[in-house]
Amino acid sequence: MNNFQYSRAADIADAIRLLAGDPDAKLIAGGTNLIDLMKENVERPSRLIDISRLPLSKIEQTADGSLRIGALVPNSDLAYHPQVAQRYPLLASAILAGASAQLRNMASVGGNLMQRTRCAYFYDTATPCNKRSPGSGCSAIDGLNRNHAILGTSPSCIATNPSDMSVALSALGALVLVAGPAGERRIALTDFHRLPGDTPHIDTNLGTGEIITAIELPPRGFALNYSYLKIRDRLSYAFALVSVAAGLELEGDTISEARLALGGVAHKPWRSLEAERALRGQPATAAQFSRAADLLLQGASAASHNGFKIELARRAIVRTLTQAASATPQSQARKKIA
Amino acid sequence: MAGAAHQISDRITINLIVNGNRRTLDLVPWTTLLDALRDHLALTGTKKGCDHGQCGACTMLVNGRRINSCLALAVMKDGAEITTIEGLARDGALHPLQQAFVDHDAFQCGYCTPGQICSAAGLLAEGHARDADEIRELMSGNLCRCGAYPNIVAAIQQVMGRP
Repeated sequence: MNNFQYSRAADIADAIRLLAGDPDAKLIAGGTNLIDLMKENVERPSRLIDISRLPLSKIEQTADGSLRIGALVPNSDLAYHPQVAQRYPLLASAILAGASAQLRNMASVGGNLMQRTRCAYFYDTATPCNKRSPGSGCSAIDGLNRNHAILGTSPSCIATNPSDMSVALSALGALVLVAGPAGERRIALTDFHRLPGDTPHIDTNLGTGEIITAIELPPRGFALNYSYLKIRDRLSYAFALVSVAAGLELEGDTISEARLALGGVAHKPWRSLEAERALRGQPATAAQFSRAADLLLQGASAASHNGFKIELARRAIVRTLTQAASATPQSQARKKIA
Repeated sequence: MAGAAHQISDRITINLIVNGNRRTLDLVPWTTLLDALRDHLALTGTKKGCDHGQCGACTMLVNGRRINSCLALAVMKDGAEITTIEGLARDGALHPLQQAFVDHDAFQCGYCTPGQICSAAGLLAEGHARDADEIRELMSGNLCRCGAYPNIVAAIQQVMGRP
């Protein structure tokens, strides 16, 4: 780990000022990803700005029935919060599918949104990587790319976003509340993370000096018909090869509202309004789910080792929608996929 | 650090309550909590395995919650109450989890055991595991390369008082 200066932010304004004043400074809260990257010399901040003591740990209902979640709420507290467990079980399930109990106790909600790819080449400073060292090239495109993206890739980068939480937040239509030198603003979660394009070193649309203060969940929680299915190389404590977040509203057997997002397949949670529109007004059948899967996976393309992900995703989408429609969500403790 | 919002210095003085004892440490900020306890307080019961949050050997309780101490900066934990494997026994009697690990032969080489036991103590305090499947899932952050998992689950079940 490089030597760095340590500052404890007195308040949000202090954090913004410190962050805006030094392009090489980083915020730290839970630190689970940042400290790891610093040990690998991937991140070498001049200064760490400790925001862990700022008052951003509340979960509260807003006047319009949304749920506002402070950026410093630990992942575990969010997953087990009664309002989240009851109203947004899709989010609770996705969080509990990720990392380990210890990491969920440490990791903050804001930090989860800011976590970086687990592409092995991004971590290996001996290899070229456009995300770590812009312009150096992508080692994954012609390298070991079994875990890599099949959607939204570019000639510069085929890395994936590793978050489970963000996949559920994308499906739920969450907003990210940020504060910065120019004041406060809200960013739709679906616009928060970026596709790699030719600037894969920029993961998010946060501006200079901006910090995440909260996320907000709209009232619609899909608490009756939802499922989060995560497919990975071992049954727990591994990143997704493919994950699916699905939420449905049903009138009888007819779908009145649908939400569908994929994890592990792109540089951001992958959601398609077209696929969701196609489900509305249709019967909740495997044929319709399969059609939605085709729409969501439109344009998918494989690198040399990850072609299996396209069919895996297709089947996982149909399975997850089936689980959601039958109100039998995937358990994150009992691993059998029904 | 007390009082100063963003004081800059190479070394920072912090206080920790470690296993009930107040300890003052003078540390460079890039010292992890794990290294602070092992190298500065000679509490080597907590093990360094992967040093990247992937194995759980460094698990300890910070303000009653289990965390990976290899990924925590000590300076950020100023004022925290820390419990390590050395702090679990009371008046010479093993903690029930320590006794259960002995009873069930829940280890072989023992290197992961302090982390396993601290993690299990955190799991019991959290209260979310009700059966063997949930114990396995909520203990998945602690690897045991000897493969003592069935006996670890049995030891935890003994302390939970459930079959």
